[in-house]
Amino acid sequence: MTISTRGAAKAPAVLVLEDGRAFRGRAYGAVGETFGEAVFSTGMTGYQETLTDPSYHRQVVVMTAPHVGNTGVNDEDPESKRIWVAGYVVRDPARVPSNWRSQRSLDEELEHQGVVGISGIDTRALTRHLRERGAMRVGIFSGDAIADEATLLARVKEAPEMVGADLSAEVATKETYVVPAIGTKKFTVAAIDLGIKGMTPHRMAERGIEVHVLPATATLEEVYAVEPDGVFFSNGPGDPATADHPVSVMQGVLERKTPLFGICFGNQILGRALGFGTYKLKYGHRGINQPVQDRTTGKVEVTAHNHGFAVDAPLDKVSDTKFGRAEVSHVCLNDQVVEGLQLLDQPAFSVQYHPEAAAGPHDAAYLFDRFVSLMEGQRA
Amino acid sequence: MPKRSDIQSVLVIGSGPIVIGQAAEFDYSGTQACRVLKAEGLRVILVNSNPATIMTDPEIADATYVEPITPEFVEKIIAKERPDALLPTLGGQTALNTAISMHENGVLEKYGVELIGANVEAINKGEDRDLFKGVVEAVKAKIGYGESARSVICHSMDDVLAGVGTLGGYPVVVRPSFTMGGAGSGFAHDEDELRRIAGQGLTLSPTTEVLLEESILGWKEYELELMRDKHDNVVVVCSIENFDPMGVHTGDSITVAPAMTLTDREYQRLRDIGIAIIREVGVDTGGCNIQFAIDPTDGRVIVIEMNPRVSRSSALASKATGFPIAKIAAKLAVGYTLDEIPNDITEKTPASFEPTLDYVVVKAPRFAFEKFPSADSTLTTTMKSVGEAMAIGRNFTEALQKALRSLEKKGSQFSFTGETGDKAELLAEAVRPTDGRINTVMQAIRAGATQEEVFDATKIDPWFVDQLFLIKEIADELAAADELGPELLAEAKRHGFSDAQIADIRSLREDVVREVRHALGIRPVYKTVDTCAAEFAAKTPYFYSSYDEESEVASRTKPAVIILGSGPNRIGQGIEFDYSCVHASFALSDAGYETVMVNCNPETVSTDYDTSDRLYFEPLTLEDVLEIVHAESLAGPVAGVIVQLGGQTPLGLSQALKDNGVPIVGTSPEAIHAAEDRGAFGRVLAEAGLPAPKHGTATTFDEAKAIADEIGYPVLVRPSYVLGGRGMEIVYDETRLSSYIAESTEISPTRPVLVDRFLDDAIEIDVDALYDGTELYLGGVMEHIEEAGIHSGDSACALPPITLGGYDIKRLRTSTEGIAKGVGVRGLINIQFALSGDILYVLEANPRASRTVPFTSKATAVPLAKAAARISLGATVAELREEGLLPKNGDGGTLPLDAPISVKEAVMPWSRFRDIHGRGVDTVLGPEMRSTGEVMGIDSVFGTAYAKSQAGAYGPLPTKGRAFISVANRDKRSMIFPARELVAHGFELLATSGTAEVLKRNGIHATVVRKQSEGVGPQGERTIVQLIHDGEVDLIVNTPYGTGGRLDGYEIRTAAVARSVPCLTTVQALAAAVQGIDALNHGDVGVRSLQEHAEHLTAARD
Repeated sequence: MTISTRGAAKAPAVLVLEDGRAFRGRAYGAVGETFGEAVFSTGMTGYQETLTDPSYHRQVVVMTAPHVGNTGVNDEDPESKRIWVAGYVVRDPARVPSNWRSQRSLDEELEHQGVVGISGIDTRALTRHLRERGAMRVGIFSGDAIADEATLLARVKEAPEMVGADLSAEVATKETYVVPAIGTKKFTVAAIDLGIKGMTPHRMAERGIEVHVLPATATLEEVYAVEPDGVFFSNGPGDPATADHPVSVMQGVLERKTPLFGICFGNQILGRALGFGTYKLKYGHRGINQPVQDRTTGKVEVTAHNHGFAVDAPLDKVSDTKFGRAEVSHVCLNDQVVEGLQLLDQPAFSVQYHPEAAAGPHDAAYLFDRFVSLMEGQRA
Repeated sequence: MPKRSDIQSVLVIGSGPIVIGQAAEFDYSGTQACRVLKAEGLRVILVNSNPATIMTDPEIADATYVEPITPEFVEKIIAKERPDALLPTLGGQTALNTAISMHENGVLEKYGVELIGANVEAINKGEDRDLFKGVVEAVKAKIGYGESARSVICHSMDDVLAGVGTLGGYPVVVRPSFTMGGAGSGFAHDEDELRRIAGQGLTLSPTTEVLLEESILGWKEYELELMRDKHDNVVVVCSIENFDPMGVHTGDSITVAPAMTLTDREYQRLRDIGIAIIREVGVDTGGCNIQFAIDPTDGRVIVIEMNPRVSRSSALASKATGFPIAKIAAKLAVGYTLDEIPNDITEKTPASFEPTLDYVVVKAPRFAFEKFPSADSTLTTTMKSVGEAMAIGRNFTEALQKALRSLEKKGSQFSFTGETGDKAELLAEAVRPTDGRINTVMQAIRAGATQEEVFDATKIDPWFVDQLFLIKEIADELAAADELGPELLAEAKRHGFSDAQIADIRSLREDVVREVRHALGIRPVYKTVDTCAAEFAAKTPYFYSSYDEESEVASRTKPAVIILGSGPNRIGQGIEFDYSCVHASFALSDAGYETVMVNCNPETVSTDYDTSDRLYFEPLTLEDVLEIVHAESLAGPVAGVIVQLGGQTPLGLSQALKDNGVPIVGTSPEAIHAAEDRGAFGRVLAEAGLPAPKHGTATTFDEAKAIADEIGYPVLVRPSYVLGGRGMEIVYDETRLSSYIAESTEISPTRPVLVDRFLDDAIEIDVDALYDGTELYLGGVMEHIEEAGIHSGDSACALPPITLGGYDIKRLRTSTEGIAKGVGVRGLINIQFALSGDILYVLEANPRASRTVPFTSKATAVPLAKAAARISLGATVAELREEGLLPKNGDGGTLPLDAPISVKEAVMPWSRFRDIHGRGVDTVLGPEMRSTGEVMGIDSVFGTAYAKSQAGAYGPLPTKGRAFISVANRDKRSMIFPARELVAHGFELLATSGTAEVLKRNGIHATVVRKQSEGVGPQGERTIVQLIHDGEVDLIVNTPYGTGGRLDGYEIRTAAVARSVPCLTTVQALAAAVQGIDALNHGDVGVRSLQEHAEHLTAARD
């Protein structure tokens, strides 16, 4: 157990929002500068999963939970091979990690991976600001990067915006890889990696699915080359309005009536494939406590969310699409945002949230079973 | 799916008197539930014997029965009210047990009452250890996780020795089967200990059987609060992590929300197990609490237990998250689902979510071991704390330090000055969990202990240990700094250091630190508890302070009244004061003020965000209150601060607040001083021409002896600087006086001992009154039933007084008025008198709401605390009479002859404590208060009211069986008639030789039994104490003889407590009990709601 001298080793840092508001604190993780879209995440556990979730690519994540890093870092919990967040904002980082699985401290890990962060700021004030003004660009500066606020603000404004960003290819695998089924193999699924989290193929593998994870750029031919029983479209970063290639691949899958399942970005792709629009939420859903209602059963599940965009589909009626009738299957009870879509005339559905739940509650795990039964149904 | 339409009326059972382990939190949950059900249009019928509660206020339910919570009385209520349903999950174990026994004896079925919010099968599955083990096994089979502690049943020493291997080695817990109260169980750390404990256990067990269980001492301990609705939607409201590892009852642990040291995978595993358990147990609707232990070395999870009802932890979780568990449980019970219930705080999102916190909550227990010096202070799995404080901060250190100063107990805050002591000794001391162990740990850290050493000694999680190091490092920096610069000061405040702590470290005065801090612009901001970490806008102003950047206090236009609450419950300052504060809030809100509540007690109604317009969950120290007053002054006009309703805590702040320019409304700090200072009060009495018992002050034995010789024994002696009768004793002779002075370590010239004449033949009388500067409203006159010399909080009393006539009342009224006027009271005053011979002595006056205000208010159907709050802000008694808040005519001294009689009885915590040898602690009642709670019995005649009070407090009076009588000589005449009555009711009398002789001469047969001092007889005849222990006595009458006799009586009393046998200590009580037994035997003990009593009383008054 080593103790860093309290605060002394850490350089001053400043966080500047594109509307000019600034917060001063201390550097956390790497020293330097970073830019991205400022978003807040309300989960009280699961920082390792959050940091390594590719959907956070180019986002600076503000943790509303004040203590971060308490359980250190282990090599079992990451959702991908690296930290994806562009920057990290916490109030009270742990000095000593404590957990039987912990291998090193979060501070070290951030520094090692070059992630610039800031600590010791009023994260609640920042969160309230983002809630009222909406997600916006932000910069974190420490060490030599610190300059007068006007200069820093100008640099923040030079950073690219999230609207219109096409980011899937930046985070997705370049090469196809296979996640073998656990136990007896029952199905083969082609999973389009738009920023997939490690837990997603694992949840499928647990159900006897061999998962072929394909790059975001995979063509329809490449998808069918693995002879899939079902096709899966993953979560991922960026603006779904730019995702023309995945949308056209999905339309090809729908035409062939192959069982289809989408999560998060995959839900937005399905929305677009069916002809619905997508839009940017003011400040998004990021947390692990969101109440989603399954509109067919009326039951409520507590779910993990990480989305800044949503599908614009009517809640009050069944829509006719070129793939038959479609309806909104799930809705967020906090704000009535569309959280799931399903086709009534063919085996395809998607959810905006994260049934793989890493981090987050396991309430929605049944959706993987539903995917399995669609594939079973297709076979029968 | 809306609310059920087939339920029109619901019976809610409360939890009865405040006892250790079942306290004010059930008033909070019960009050919420009743209000919700009433708002749903249901007729709410409530039974609770505890008058000090808000839930028993007549406006909370439609029919409020302050009656004993026993199946017999509840059946009478059911027969009268015919409710459609019974909600048993909000009144603790008392309510649940009562409901179950009424289910089992068929009463519920007979009257067609449906149990809602719980079903009997689920309750049994949750509460029965064996059934629950089955539940945990079933859960493991389904989801693969969760298990009970491993155990082996052994019938021989060979089994036992082999069993240790099966369990994975030492230490192991040995539990002999079928022994009383866990006798013979213990921890074995090696084979020698195992052979000794298990050998004894096998002998003790009637089935030669011991259970060997793996030890989970020192593991991490967690709790989850869950709710489920009828659609099987389940949410986890809150996770709680115990700072103190396994081995200490969660009620006695420092606890933290949310859990601090779990990864998401581990947390979700607990959540999965919790949800699977609530489903497997079959809790239909409502809340439950599940406790877990986690092995810190490999994460193995053991499910310890569940409570299939609203619990103390649910109250804490509600306050910690802003998610009102009891309120929602009540709605779920009448048919709503979670998604149909709006979140009060955001108003636009539903309750079917899981609160997320952007702050840290710390709860710290408040103990009262100083009241029970012989009790073993080691914390175990039996709860011993009497109250708790909760604090909220933006980080753990801030919350922890706020919680410790909220305890308002000498030495509860970390101290960084003075000698540290020896590291090894401190670490060795920290091994044993006790009240204040955390302070010992801090001392050990100061003495140079490493993090590993602290962990090894205490098993407190390394993350928490490091937080203590962090605090200590800041203290070091504060001490070492050349000057108190802004950065260092701000950093110290961010980690919860109080101005007083900083002052101590810097050798400055607290107000100097405050001045420096204010000059540097370092002040707290106030953040909102909003359930959602700011994701949605909060509508409810539920605040906590933090040294952060942005404040969320909104400006307002109405004048605000800031009400200071009473802090953690403790003996002598309990729920009664919370009652008065809540009433003030209600009354002032009605009168057009914006009410602002300040308190740090999570168990209470006052800290429900629904109670006042604004709630500050903050410590009640000068610093914290001044900052709140400052913040509220910036928000809008402040009419004043009320200090007289929250007991001694706020009263003690009044002068300092005033000195800092804070407007104190009601009785002024100077007036408070006039009542509290002995000299000043003596002048008030002299001016009013009122006598007080002769007294003097002494700093040596010679001085004390001289005073005692002059005023005569017995004398009442006490240190001059304490509250609640601490250290007070009745001294009968010089020998004891000498030893008392010798034992009192803190007597010094500045801290003299007070010596008063003790009026041992006096009738003690309590008066609660209102005074507005010109008119006195006599709230109520209470006559004590117990002998003089017992703290008023521990003695039973009757209102209206049963033996005082109009002349006495007139004198009491004149004296009360003289004192109220002389002191300068504006609001409530409580005075204790003693009527000795024909002289009415004044014992003491408290210019504040007293412990008896709720009782008096309920007994007379007049809301005294509400009236006091209004008078504090300028209303007159005349205006309040006009308005209808006080009766048009008359007062509590002129109750009509047919007014109901109310009896208050105190409830003692004896059974909770054991000395280090495992024996029950001495149950001597005396001038030092030790009761934790009280009950009220109300009826049209005294005997029945008395019988009800006994039934509510200790269990019903017996109606037949064996009565043991042993009375002092002076009581022998007055005993004859009631003894004859007992015989007429079929009792067999037992008596000591002297008493038996008197009875025989009066033609009453009594069997002679041996005194304890006589020992066992030649033929093995048992003594009375043995007979009591053997369960062969049903009623005990034992009046004190004086010094020696008292002690003999106490042995009998200890036995009576151990066996729960009613024990009467005065002939008045015997007479009362006989009247009660008479009523019980005639079967004409009825039940009547407070609303009916009030209607009757009001009609009689007009």
